[in-house]
Amino acid sequence: MTEKIIIAVPSKGRLMEQTADMFISAGLPIERSGHERGYFGQLSEFDDVEVRFLSASEIARNLDSGTVHIGITGEDLLRETIPDCDEKIAIEKRLGIGPADVVVAVPESWLDVATMADLEEVSLEFRRKNKRRLRVATKYVNLTRQYFALKGVTGYQTIESLGATEGAPAAGTAEIIVDITSTGSTLRANNLKILDDGIILKSQAVLATAKNPGLTPEQSNVLRSVVDRLRG
Amino acid sequence: MSYRTTENLKALISAQGKILDVFETSGYLHVAPEILQPAEVFLDQSGEEMRQRTYVFTDHRGTELCLRPDVTIPACRIYLKRCPEADQQARYCYAGPAFRFHHGGEDEGRPREFEQAGVELLMHEDDEAAEAEVLSLGINAIKAVGVGDFAIKFGDLSLFASLIDGFDMPDRWRVRLKHQFWRHEALDDLLKQLSGEKLISSARFDDALISSLRQTELSAAVDLVDAHLAENDIPVAGGRSVEDITQRLLDHIADIDATPLSRNIIDTIKAYLKINDNPHNALRQIAAIAEQAKLDISAALGAFERRLELFKDQGVALDQAKFSAEFGRNLEYYTGFVFQLEMPGSGVTGQLAGGGRYDNLLTGLGAPRPVPAVGCAIHLERLLQAVSARLS
Repeated sequence: MTEKIIIAVPSKGRLMEQTADMFISAGLPIERSGHERGYFGQLSEFDDVEVRFLSASEIARNLDSGTVHIGITGEDLLRETIPDCDEKIAIEKRLGIGPADVVVAVPESWLDVATMADLEEVSLEFRRKNKRRLRVATKYVNLTRQYFALKGVTGYQTIESLGATEGAPAAGTAEIIVDITSTGSTLRANNLKILDDGIILKSQAVLATAKNPGLTPEQSNVLRSVVDRLRG
Repeated sequence: MSYRTTENLKALISAQGKILDVFETSGYLHVAPEILQPAEVFLDQSGEEMRQRTYVFTDHRGTELCLRPDVTIPACRIYLKRCPEADQQARYCYAGPAFRFHHGGEDEGRPREFEQAGVELLMHEDDEAAEAEVLSLGINAIKAVGVGDFAIKFGDLSLFASLIDGFDMPDRWRVRLKHQFWRHEALDDLLKQLSGEKLISSARFDDALISSLRQTELSAAVDLVDAHLAENDIPVAGGRSVEDITQRLLDHIADIDATPLSRNIIDTIKAYLKINDNPHNALRQIAAIAEQAKLDISAALGAFERRLELFKDQGVALDQAKFSAEFGRNLEYYTGFVFQLEMPGSGVTGQLAGGGRYDNLLTGLGAPRPVPAVGCAIHLERLLQAVSARLS
């Protein structure tokens, strides 16, 4: 049995600041333990709750493994990291912070490609001519596979990309990309366009809980009241 | 998790011995393909579907390797190493582990580490005779381990192809129809578009560009597309030339203007896909459908008929068999006859054995000429499950 209820919040950036504000508006300001750069904190109202500052992707992984009970992170990371996300994770509230879409984008010069069905046809032709598959650069390998399978696109291979994904087609390391974008301006600057049916996920920061947190009934009550306060 | 007790390890070793004995006494050479395979060549042939079920890792030199998820490709790589000209017949058999990741978790019938035994008959001269030989070997191997009451399921990807080839339509439609054979919804949708039931829309493309391309030859069209790209400051990227892009836009315009597929063609395709019967009845139904549609597919039907006769000669119990027009294996590389042996109602899920024709695989792996190929693989864990299901 876990001793404390663990809340994980983002450890850096705008998301950290906005999360801190949200806790303050809920009347639950996070008090950092030790020095200001520490990675632990608490809520004065709830003794048996511990706050941890983690990276957004770690929060998703830890919700999945059960070491975190309440987390604030991007929906894109939850769905990418946790294969059966809807079964394991409850999204308690969409926070309206950092809205962005995970999209399929192709070179603007592909005037003949506007839909996933076009992409499937092109992938056939591409393989015939080049003796290899169309390469998709992405950090969302799982979301890409799920969505491409749903749309019947098969003639591709994923190339894992951990940064500057939008530069891959120009650099020649991939033909197309799956990436996250809020305004699409980075894509346009790199001469890429989003397919008409290329929006895989409309993502934003969410308040999420593990569906089977392995807590005692008392702890579950505490967890519920913290979540209710945060939901406002 | 290991499902292997000392007892079923012994059963496994004994089953492997019996199966290899059947293969070797039929003239198949026992080969030992490597378990560690180069990831790229392997994944390129099997597709992303298989890739997400393959254990891939990097060695200390940075080379991407995988644990083989299947033994057919490794066996074919041995053939190409021993016979780079791909000009000799080979009969190979093997037994050993393969590895697949199961997203829903592993279980007794689908462990992530499983034992496979099989044969590959490469560069044979007589297609149907090779198919009959491989199918009956698979059956005899399973019988040698003690299972006789299985069901046989057939399919034939080349029959669908010859049906499509027999109809009058643009070649690019044939390519698309054959490609979508596997997917109900996509095929249905495509048939609707090609028959005019659903309009082919240009809404997704640049209107002005599409109308300017109407009735232009390829070279003039390429110039127009080039000018359009330059005017809009769009660099050419993503490994496709302006010719490739223009050609597809012209194809799209041609699709809109082409005569749609007739009701007769659509009905014939749909009637064919519904066939699911014992092989002789299925043969009669296909012949009737072809005759009604005035299609000459006698070559494919002749091959089908001859195959059934050869099966009978080999002692294959056709009363245990069913032909299903829709049955195609979801490994991408099969090209013609496909089969699987299963035990419905025994509690053993999935096939005991399966295989078929894969004529394009070896050229994909680098063979300098086409290599006709048929193979069969037996799933030993499931076979042993079937044995104990029979005993209990």
